[in-house]
Amino acid sequence: MLKYIIRRLLVMVPVVLGVTVVISTLIYLSPGNPAQIALGQNANPEAVARLEQQMGLNKPPHLRYVDWLTQALQGNLGRSLETGTPVTDLIVERLPATLELAFASLAIMLVIALPLGVVSAVRQYSWVDNASMLFAIFWLSMPSFWLALILLLLFAVHWDFFPISGRAGALLSVTALSYLVLPAIANGARRAGLLTRMMRSSMLEILNKDYIRTAKGKGIGQRSVIYSHGMRNAMIPIVTLLGLQVPSLISSSVIVEVVFAWPGMGRLLVDAVLRRDYPVVQGVTLMYAVIVIVANLLVDIAYSYLDPQISYD
Amino acid sequence: MSTQERTTDTDGERPDDPIVRVHELEKHFPIKGGILQRTVGHVRAVDGVSFDIQTGETLGLVGESGCGKSTLGRTMARLEEATSGSVEFDGRDVTTASKRELKAIRRNVQMIFQDPASSLNPRMTVSQIITEPMRSLTDWSKSKREDRLYQLIEEVGLSKAHLSRAPHEFSGGQQQRVAIARALSVNPQFVIADEPTSALDVSVQADILNLLKDLQDEYDLTYLFISHDLSVVRHISDRVMVMYLGEVAEIAPTERLFDAPKHPYTRALLSSIPRASAGAMDDRIVLEGTVPSPEDPPDGCRFHPRCQEYIGEVCERTDPEVEPVDGRADHVCACHHY
Amino acid sequence: MTDPLLAIDDLHVHFHTEEGTVEALDGVDLEVYGDEVVGVIGESGCGKTVTMLSVMGLLQSPPAEVVGGSIRYDGRDLLTCSESELNEIRGEEISMIYQDPMTSLNPVLTVGRQVSEVLLAHRDISKRDARERSVEMLDACGLADPERLMDEYPHSLSGGMRQRVMIAMALVTEPNLLIADEPTTALDVTIQAQVMEVLRELRSDHEVSIVFITHDLPLVSEIADRIAVMYAGTVAETCSVERLFDRPLHPYTRKLTESIPKLDQPATRLPSIDGTVPSLVDPPDGCRFASRCPQFIGEECRSVTPALTDVSGTGRHEVACHLYTDVSEASPPWPVDDEDRTAQQPTAETDDGGRR
Repeated sequence: MLKYIIRRLLVMVPVVLGVTVVISTLIYLSPGNPAQIALGQNANPEAVARLEQQMGLNKPPHLRYVDWLTQALQGNLGRSLETGTPVTDLIVERLPATLELAFASLAIMLVIALPLGVVSAVRQYSWVDNASMLFAIFWLSMPSFWLALILLLLFAVHWDFFPISGRAGALLSVTALSYLVLPAIANGARRAGLLTRMMRSSMLEILNKDYIRTAKGKGIGQRSVIYSHGMRNAMIPIVTLLGLQVPSLISSSVIVEVVFAWPGMGRLLVDAVLRRDYPVVQGVTLMYAVIVIVANLLVDIAYSYLDPQISYD
Repeated sequence: MSTQERTTDTDGERPDDPIVRVHELEKHFPIKGGILQRTVGHVRAVDGVSFDIQTGETLGLVGESGCGKSTLGRTMARLEEATSGSVEFDGRDVTTASKRELKAIRRNVQMIFQDPASSLNPRMTVSQIITEPMRSLTDWSKSKREDRLYQLIEEVGLSKAHLSRAPHEFSGGQQQRVAIARALSVNPQFVIADEPTSALDVSVQADILNLLKDLQDEYDLTYLFISHDLSVVRHISDRVMVMYLGEVAEIAPTERLFDAPKHPYTRALLSSIPRASAGAMDDRIVLEGTVPSPEDPPDGCRFHPRCQEYIGEVCERTDPEVEPVDGRADHVCACHHY
Repeated sequence: MTDPLLAIDDLHVHFHTEEGTVEALDGVDLEVYGDEVVGVIGESGCGKTVTMLSVMGLLQSPPAEVVGGSIRYDGRDLLTCSESELNEIRGEEISMIYQDPMTSLNPVLTVGRQVSEVLLAHRDISKRDARERSVEMLDACGLADPERLMDEYPHSLSGGMRQRVMIAMALVTEPNLLIADEPTTALDVTIQAQVMEVLRELRSDHEVSIVFITHDLPLVSEIADRIAVMYAGTVAETCSVERLFDRPLHPYTRKLTESIPKLDQPATRLPSIDGTVPSLVDPPDGCRFASRCPQFIGEECRSVTPALTDVSGTGRHEVACHLYTDVSEASPPWPVDDEDRTAQQPTAETDDGGRR
């Protein structure tokens, strides 16, 4: 197992390098001049040129990339062009909020989807099954930015159940939690619909397996058949799906963070893009790439716990 | 192995005219592992097998799952590339044949598989399935192909009305008839049948075995008949070859193999077959354990850990040669007893 | 003779499919007595597995529906039992082993968990005792190093070992009836011989009746006292093993026994049965074998379903064919009864045969 993890971490290196190349190229190709933006539209061209030189923007792109990479390898992702704050500091400051939101969304997904999916499968074509089908279609057909706005309007503005936006520090108090509820639902509920359907079909498939018949034939009762014998097998494809969902969970969290003014990396990224704050864009994207890769590694590790037939050596 | 001085036997005499000569054939599958997914070992599915098949005879090939019998059949038809050794068909080496040569060989060497449901393309009609090899392997005219198609469909016991149907509309036995018609469409000389009746019920199996025999008589076919079912093999074969863990254990004319088996594995295999008559179980040899992994076969004789007639260290150290027994060139066996 | 342990009476099962209603079982009668091994043979689709899954209450419904008949076990009708009543019987009094050991064990649970779970569900027993008992049972099934095996997952075991685990799992509660559905079909012959040996040994150690389902007549003759031959959802013939080989009476049974390639007497040509099994969607009236029967009598075969008729006078040999019923005047072209000892001394003969 350890060997496998080491191998996966080694494979991560070229992947992350590739990501940095892509990001740098995209930034180089994107329109807009940070120096011009920093100094305003009417700035003196000489001043702009001076600032460009200061920022290192006049160097050829591949040299700029090498410079950035050398620094990055030493843990220095540069400074924000706008505020001069080190990019690493910005990320460290925002990371907890992003992770909070991600885990809360994930929790909502699992809490809704797993029981509902199992019940739908066990009572196929019952009212629960039909209701969960409707539920799934309802959430699936809802874009997350729109859902976020509607939740905000109804539950925060209209009924005042939850705070409108922002975050009240770490998740240690009810107040802090209350800020998280709406963003987490906006981000998680939609995927819960998809996950419910997946759980249902996965469970249905498992319920037709020979070993489920064996288990029933042992007279151990339906609960044991479903939970001890069915669930664990049915979870295996679900875990795969969760792994695949991580990138989209992140991209939609960027939008949700903006709508709810949730101070995570997503908002940082959007602000930075608008201001052509390239070092920040580069740093945050890199961080996202690392999160996705690590999440996939965790999924694969979870696999080997669920399915003893998978051994990574 | 020499078949030069064949002694006659109950089996009847055959001219020494091998259509197929397999020499020291090996097929190893690599096992990947480690951090860089390098090859860390080999599954030695077929490990140095030599034998001949005479023109017009049926050689039965028996052994348990994992003994390499199917891989041997597939390698002989070059559906797998051989690791080393040669398979000579009519004097040409199948394992090194060029693409063009292979086409000519394929016309003469055809295969029938175990599961007709999965070996027939579900999106083709029966007539497409049967004419397909003729189109790709021969330059026959359309009318010649059609004549052959109509002739074959009757010969395998189906009718013209079946031609436009899809395979799934047929029972297992009928599907196997279609598979047989496909294999025979290009007039092959040699047919490799890999467990052709294992997926079928006994009464249907009887039909298919009868059909294979009839077709053999009519077209003077040579068969390699692969099966795990010794009763079936006895029924259809002239000679039988027993494999264990990728190696030949014993080859003998059918009657002789069943009446006077030499290799301890053959004997155990024969005694394991359920028999209808009472008292058959009294002297049954029940082997201990299971077939070891072909990844890491035992040293010496591969059968020694399970052998009921283990002699001593020689079994553990030296892999026995395949040698004639009882002074008969047509009965060979790989065992230190002989 | 005492009451049967299991009595299946006139069982009808339908499957509702897109192609129509498949009349899978059409009046199946079968009795199993205490400490008896009954072999049920027939070709695929004849309903042998469906019959036994009905006994276990394991038919998937839908599409399956039991439309008539009764299955009496120990005085209770299993068809009217609730799921929880069934759960008290399944695994405790009636156990089943299945055809494919590769797919019948749960891949994500350890062998130990799967074996001891049966005990924990049916007995008031501590986990440690259940484990100890399971280890003993694995050992009795000829599995080496059972302690270590308890913590293994099924995928690391060979087919033969898995089937032994299945047998251990089925017998750990010492049930009265074991249903074995083609337990060796997926195994190699040498492994099959090992598994049969285990079954025979366990049967001599524990008093258990066995229903042994198979398509392999020679195989079942090694263990069974009595055989029931099924064809297209009906029972064609039941009799002792000896009778089946000496004097099969149903035309289908006769054909079936002839079409098996024999090891001891190589034939040049195997007799086969003309035609195919009729579709069970809207099956023909009368005898389901009529269209393929070499002894076809006439209209009565097509219109009247032959009932299982006792031909031996002792209830030990029953045939469902108009050659033997009052419906037709016709009599079979082969002798029916003779000095055959089996018919006269059923108990002594069959008991001896089953416990070699």
